Amino acid sequence: MSERYHAGDRVRTSAVDPDHHTRLPHYVRGCVGTVVGDDGVHPLADLRAQGVERPQQVYLVRFTARELFGHGDHSVTLSLWEGYLSDE
Amino acid sequence: MSDDHDDSPIAARVRELEAVLEEKGLLDARELDRVLEAFTAKASPANGFRVVARAWTDEDFKARLLENANEALPELGLSMGGGLQVQRLHVVENTEDVHNVIVCTLCSCYPLSLLGPSPTWYKSPAYRSRVVSHPREVLEQFGLTLPESTEIRVWDANAESRYMVLPRRPEGTEHLGEEELAARVTRNGLIGTAAV
Repeated sequence: MSERYHAGDRVRTSAVDPDHHTRLPHYVRGCVGTVVGDDGVHPLADLRAQGVERPQQVYLVRFTARELFGHGDHSVTLSLWEGYLSDE
Repeated sequence: MSDDHDDSPIAARVRELEAVLEEKGLLDARELDRVLEAFTAKASPANGFRVVARAWTDEDFKARLLENANEALPELGLSMGGGLQVQRLHVVENTEDVHNVIVCTLCSCYPLSLLGPSPTWYKSPAYRSRVVSHPREVLEQFGLTLPESTEIRVWDANAESRYMVLPRRPEGTEHLGEEELAARVTRNGLIGTAAV
């Protein structure tokens, strides 16, 4: 599977609040972060919960606290499926 | 954010589901108990303590652990299998400049095989929501005050991967062997809510 993003790339998360299961937490929606690593290929959780197995690349994406919450000097890193992300 | 998993409605639903699956002959209750017992019997924080002690005493092992923890664990007879699927483990190292802390904001994902059953506070909505937005204050509530210059990295185990913190080796322990060092490690040290 070809990787669309690589370490150092800036990505924006989807701002959509879906009406189905997702592993894109609310607090990280519509935010810009930096890809810090590859987290393997896993079935997209949103579809798996609906009985569809569609493997997709997962990335480790780091966000500054300022981007997420408007304050703080820490960072938060999450595992995000490619479908949650778009170019900044 | 979803609430606590320990409430009775969800437990009741799981029991009902189990009963239906048994009725349809899709699940053997004894088999389920056997798998759960085998898994939980091996799941203990003592596993995580051994991993840390080895990393403190063997630089090459530490490098392998940080690079690919799933490949390094079998050197100690451990693995991230045992559940429904093999989970990827990321070991994140505390240093003089960086402190790591782990959470699962969506539910309560946790590296059970290395840390044993998770503490109640780890599953509480208060910890899960607060540690991502105000980690310094949360750590202070745990009695851990970090210097202002220490960078805090929060890891949200929101998907398939699990995390374990590699704490800093305490000063004055140069003379200790692996077993004695393992006895110094604490569960909260592996989550990142305490120093060792």
